[in-house]
Amino acid sequence: MSILVIAEHDNSELKQATLNVLAAAKAIGGDIDVLVAGENCGAVGEAAAKAEGVNKVLVADNAVYGHFLGENLGELVAEVGKGYSHILAAAGTVGKDFMPRVAALLDVAQVSDIMRVESEDTFVRPIYAGNAIATVKSTDSIKVITVRPTAFDPVAGEGGSATVETLDIVKDAGLSQFVNEELAKSDRPDLASAGIVVSGGRGMQNGENFKMLEQVADLMGAAVGASRAAVDAGFVPNDMQVGQTGKIVAPQLYIAVGISGAIQHLAGMSDSKVIVAINKDEEAPIFQVADYGLVADLFEAVPQLEEELKKVL
Amino acid sequence: MKVLVAVKRVIDYNVKVRVKPDNTGVDLANVKMAMNPFCEIAVEEAVRLKEKGVASEIVVVSIGPKAAQEQIRTALALGADRGIHIETDEEVQSLEAAKLLKSVVEKEEPKLVILGKQSIDSDNNQTGQMLAALTGMGQGTFASEVVVEGDKVNVTREVDGGLMTVALNLPAVVTTDLRLNEPRYASLPNIMKAKKKPLDNMSPADLGVELAPRLSTLKVEAPASRQAGVKVADVAELVDKLKNEAKVI
Repeated sequence: MSILVIAEHDNSELKQATLNVLAAAKAIGGDIDVLVAGENCGAVGEAAAKAEGVNKVLVADNAVYGHFLGENLGELVAEVGKGYSHILAAAGTVGKDFMPRVAALLDVAQVSDIMRVESEDTFVRPIYAGNAIATVKSTDSIKVITVRPTAFDPVAGEGGSATVETLDIVKDAGLSQFVNEELAKSDRPDLASAGIVVSGGRGMQNGENFKMLEQVADLMGAAVGASRAAVDAGFVPNDMQVGQTGKIVAPQLYIAVGISGAIQHLAGMSDSKVIVAINKDEEAPIFQVADYGLVADLFEAVPQLEEELKKVL
Repeated sequence: MKVLVAVKRVIDYNVKVRVKPDNTGVDLANVKMAMNPFCEIAVEEAVRLKEKGVASEIVVVSIGPKAAQEQIRTALALGADRGIHIETDEEVQSLEAAKLLKSVVEKEEPKLVILGKQSIDSDNNQTGQMLAALTGMGQGTFASEVVVEGDKVNVTREVDGGLMTVALNLPAVVTTDLRLNEPRYASLPNIMKAKKKPLDNMSPADLGVELAPRLSTLKVEAPASRQAGVKVADVAELVDKLKNEAKVI
């Protein structure tokens, strides 16, 4: 078996999600190659070569891949990937965009968002917003798979010494152009891979109050998230959303503040190692999944938490 | 321009999902079904494009059992002009759905195809992208804004870390994310009128597509449930437990 892993990166850095996907590839077993497609992304190729268990890194460096447009990546990956038994990518917004195109171009099904590898052709994935877990077997000759990064412990990012090859394949589908992007600038860690996440819900009452959570988060080096209710109410932008329709997180510590715990939200965070809930409603469903529950008014509890943390950190 | 919208009949999002005791799937007997929420957003976007004078006709298509006609009628009540029902009682997987929709696209030649980004049952997030690949169209996935300008459509996409705008040549495929719009409710007069709107019925065979699923579901289980932990009395106890018991800070 031979596995092609598509690297997730921003043209300068290899994202940790790639190491999680490599762990899924390792669980399938076989030779693992990594494809880095981007623009001026040589450093990413070098980083991928150091990852544990990688045989070969293929670098497709061209302006047409600079913004990861699904039409161009789809054609590239379908061409490079047709010699492999498995093609894997992280189930982030880039992978979710181009991978189904790859599958369609190869006339195979895609297995989305896998959480576990049972065997080379059988995988476990969530359905119904995580309310059911399906074991799915693929009969296709090439398995196109997106991987839920938080479900796999990352392989080591250092120590490997894969060869790096340049691919001279330029696929410009000519269907789409990048116009612009507005990425939230933050010094905090990335929500999807942070070790600690502090999230606020509708109980925060407005966006201004999220500053309280940011102060607590900064003390702990945590990322700040939000429930869908907080996003829908316009308190914070959608890229902070944790849940089935937002980001799936599984940090060491998840602190839910003023979040009632709708199924939608639980689907995005219930794999966290330790869950803390702070809510004034004793009956809130979030307490059913919390390791430590504090029934309190968040406007009193959060400033206290900040003070207590200052004492111990 | 003509807009094609695909809608799917799924379990109502308010229904608590129960796994069947024999682990063959989810219990759908006597369960309320509805239009997939992301598909409602797709219909709403098409209707808004028509209200702005950008869209001239909205064709709504659904693949599924006879009862999927209810969802088509809902879309017609919301403002779609006519419906196409591709009737089958078989399980239809994303690639097959994309192939069926491709043949509808070839017949109807819409300038824009709008779909939900994923259905809340299988959670695959594939069909729109597959349709775009099969028809050679560009795709604006996870859309939070759709602006048609001349022979292009600008789609603002919800991506990890923020928003990204792409310009696509028409015809193109758009898949909807939550913040694209807030769907309206159908009014009673419109529900009555929708009953008279044309609805074509066809089979996958009529479209020349053979259903051949590539994935088989071996079992479906309930997720491992998490046990509720302890309640702490105050913040000081919480911090103490996090530091000394859970050792996560």
